[in-house]
Amino acid sequence: MNPSVEAGRATLGSAIGRVVESCGDTIVYVAAERLRDVLTWLRDTPGEAYDYLVDITAVEYRDRERPLEVVYTLRSLGRGAELRVKVELDPRGALTLDSVVPLWQGANWLEREVYDMFGVSFREHPDLRRILMWETYAEGYPLRKDFPLRGRFSRAEQVRQALTANPEAHYSIDELSIAAAAAALPADMAERLRRGERGTLPHSE
Amino acid sequence: MGKHAVSGVTSPNWLTTRFEELVKWVLSVSGANKAVNWSRANSLWPMPFGTACCAIEFMATAASRFDFARFGMERQAFSPRQADVLICAGRLPFKLAPVIRRIYDQMPQPKWVISMGACASTGGIFDNYAMVQGIDTIVPVDVYVPGCPPRPEGLLYGVLLLHKKIKGESLLDPSVREEQPLDERGLRLPPETIDEISEPFGNSVHQFRSA
Repeated sequence: MNPSVEAGRATLGSAIGRVVESCGDTIVYVAAERLRDVLTWLRDTPGEAYDYLVDITAVEYRDRERPLEVVYTLRSLGRGAELRVKVELDPRGALTLDSVVPLWQGANWLEREVYDMFGVSFREHPDLRRILMWETYAEGYPLRKDFPLRGRFSRAEQVRQALTANPEAHYSIDELSIAAAAAALPADMAERLRRGERGTLPHSE
Repeated sequence: MGKHAVSGVTSPNWLTTRFEELVKWVLSVSGANKAVNWSRANSLWPMPFGTACCAIEFMATAASRFDFARFGMERQAFSPRQADVLICAGRLPFKLAPVIRRIYDQMPQPKWVISMGACASTGGIFDNYAMVQGIDTIVPVDVYVPGCPPRPEGLLYGVLLLHKKIKGESLLDPSVREEQPLDERGLRLPPETIDEISEPFGNSVHQFRSA
């Protein structure tokens, strides 16, 4: 058992849920609304010092009754300790969590990937867009269990949507601004930047 | 006689027809058709589009042991503007479909496409939401090379088949060199055809569309 669990329970109380030991790893379930408190404490407390966020991912189980889990793998580079923190979300409810980008900048793309594949939204994320699929991808979240393996649309419709996608529209407005400042932006993309346009997003309405 | 000549001259197509006949005669007598095809076939400049493990075999084909420079592919063009043959080596995700289409459109005529490996030709084992089921739904393909991945000998055999095809082309058939733009739906093939050639086969027929 990782000693961080007892220390955390003493300080944070009910934010720490049940604890599971698996293959020598400690898995801590944390209340969703206290997630950022717990992770801040784990990062900043001198005896804990989990300063490195290894990965963020999510799991949805085949059993529809089981909640969807968002998994944070933390590592303390100085102490060589690892801790896995999990948050449970009801897949039928709103899949929303606090972003941990304010704690670890590296969480930016990790959270975008979880958003892209599972549809979990992260509050206060600076740039929550799809990262693997293109931005106007309209078929849903591919790693959810209710997502068909071959996608929701017919192959012809998938080809049509893919061919009409603009391959240059993957840049964020921030990235476009940087290129514009360096005077290296083609005219059509400068126009996108001027209008602040990101294409028609299927989930924006 | 005089009447015939006058009516012939006044026809707007008269000069064109005579010129075409002259060109045909010159080509047939001089063997220029053969000469042009021979030089085209033996100086192909490949545009490698390597996305997966097939690209490793492609590199082996290009390197000293197999060396496709022996077949005239001395120079690899990493710009589509200077390439003759697009070699798609590896699987093509839908996100890359507009990219390969744009590369193909940027290549000048005459141009050919080799689809290297099972994934580029059919989607291969990746019968899923992210993968194009055969690049012939995106660009016209001249030679399909089977294999997963094909050995360099396989790719070289495909290149030689392409040589054969090029040597059989006729300079007098302008349709060979016509661009094939996407239609008003934004597709290259009719949707029914795309659905049909994307149908699951082999082991993937045991997977269902719905969860």
